[in-house]
Amino acid sequence: MADTAHWEHFPHQADVGVRGHGETLEQAFEQAALALTAVITDPETVAPNEVIQLSCMSPDPELLLVDWLNSLIYEMVTRSMLFSKFEVRLENNHLSANAWGEKLEVARHHPAVEIKGATYTSLKVAQLPDGSWLAQCVVDV
Amino acid sequence: MDLALFERKSEYEWHIRPFGKMHVPGVIFASETLLREMDAKVYEQVTNVAMLPGIVGASWAMPDAHWGYGFPIGGVAAFNADAGGVVSAGGVGFDISCGVRTLHTGLHIDDINAVKIRLADALYHTIPAGMGSTGAIRLDAAGMDAMLKGGARWAVEHGYGNAADLERIEEGGCMSGADPAQVSDQAKKRQRDEMGTLGSGNHYLEVQLVTEVYAPEIASAFDVKEGDVVVSIHCGSRGLGHQIGTEFLKRMVLAAPGYGIELPDRELACAPINSPVGNDYLGAMRAAINCALANRQVLTHLTRQVFEKVLPQARLPLLYDVSHNTCKVEEHTVDGKKRKLYVHRKGATRAFGPGHHDLPKALRDFGQPVLIGGSMGTASYILAGTEQGMQLAYGSACHGAGRAMSRHQALRNWSGRKVVDDLEGHGILIRSPSMRGVAEEAPGAYKDVSAVVDAADQAGLARKVARVVPLICIKG
Repeated sequence: MADTAHWEHFPHQADVGVRGHGETLEQAFEQAALALTAVITDPETVAPNEVIQLSCMSPDPELLLVDWLNSLIYEMVTRSMLFSKFEVRLENNHLSANAWGEKLEVARHHPAVEIKGATYTSLKVAQLPDGSWLAQCVVDV
Repeated sequence: MDLALFERKSEYEWHIRPFGKMHVPGVIFASETLLREMDAKVYEQVTNVAMLPGIVGASWAMPDAHWGYGFPIGGVAAFNADAGGVVSAGGVGFDISCGVRTLHTGLHIDDINAVKIRLADALYHTIPAGMGSTGAIRLDAAGMDAMLKGGARWAVEHGYGNAADLERIEEGGCMSGADPAQVSDQAKKRQRDEMGTLGSGNHYLEVQLVTEVYAPEIASAFDVKEGDVVVSIHCGSRGLGHQIGTEFLKRMVLAAPGYGIELPDRELACAPINSPVGNDYLGAMRAAINCALANRQVLTHLTRQVFEKVLPQARLPLLYDVSHNTCKVEEHTVDGKKRKLYVHRKGATRAFGPGHHDLPKALRDFGQPVLIGGSMGTASYILAGTEQGMQLAYGSACHGAGRAMSRHQALRNWSGRKVVDDLEGHGILIRSPSMRGVAEEAPGAYKDVSAVVDAADQAGLARKVARVVPLICIKG
């Protein structure tokens, strides 16, 4: 099995790639969401004070990843919130999740950039030979 | 990029002969150096676009082309609806109608120097910039629909700017065919707090100085001369456009197989122009164009208010407003015949040549102003559309410098504070809520805009008119 779950960014010339690793597909999705927050600010600075529920559905896991990230982008913008803790449940390409976070405070979070959308570029959701999961795509900033 | 992949048609024009499923050639306009440094992904994306149904002419890439989403950024492609042509959400991009407008000020550099800091601070406090910033306008459902139908015209009717502004905007400031009913409630909700905001990333408001004039006759028609101070605003359709892009990308990916469209890459998601999905997208996308035009118009009004307080003698008429992420219906000559085409420009600027009926009378003999943004430490350029450009790539030119490195790499190379201090040493005042954002947008993270503009000029796409450098930059 892989190391504990983690996230990372991967380079894209104009934008940023977000990548989540996990022992399960759910964990990989949760980590990809953390990577998304990290495009904007250090997730450590975001207190998981308030929880919201969201859900989405797509024909395959890759489109579902894009939907999941786009749902979070939508919630961030319309609630003016940032999120730092996630709990994802997956069943037959239906995703339901809890996301914990707090109101965006510009003076404290110093948001580097707002995210326009998650894209299908470098989109990949796959189980690696060691059994762990990877979920990634480029986000447009 | 491997130059052996191309057939060199002229010093600045590189052709890819159609192969496989390509319907038309691929053409990249660039100097040898720019092409060599260009991401190999551009080649792949240019050839992929050439495979889409109903494409006409060629799949073009401008000198600033880089790896985009399906279409290269800096890509131009035209489609014939009657030949099964498609419209593509990826070919327009997420930030629909992102663009640049430049305002005159009537001021000279000497008028600015004494109040530069005050002006920078006043602009920073008045122009909502960066994530989480909100505008002062709240639209109800009817107001939102009226804005989406009316564009800059709506803004002028509501006291933001004046009628003279409208003739200096593509489509007279109002994109026809907009259908607010095709814009989802989510997209409208995302826009709720964002009317009159600048956004972040590469968006900016700059006070600039004209440092050089290359084509005096055109510059004179554009009312631009050395020593003049101008203001440029770069931003787009905000959350509304982003949400429309997101939703239709998915709809088109899911619908494409049903239309018998084989996508070489999911990001090329498209639908026939003559199809329900294509039609819905065009209605929504045009509404987003109007949103962007209205947004830049509101920001113009806010800018004028600031100048009125700090430099009351200034007058800020609009030189021109260009959009660089659009799909527009235009008439172009194909094999000697006039045809109505759906021209996608993704990170490319419309650059109509002299005599075009969409140009305002005062500019018609000289070609459309083409406004090219650079990075915050370098320069921007004003060009003019040419007759040759109408033939080369259906009246299209580059749109900016293009990034030379990822945000990731830029963060490793620079600290935001140091970038701000260094630029201040060069007389450029930066105001931004995010030092990390400034580091990611450091001038060194961008390609040399001068090389891009020179290539566009030499290729004949558009003619170089003037160079401007930043004095003040408000960054989101």
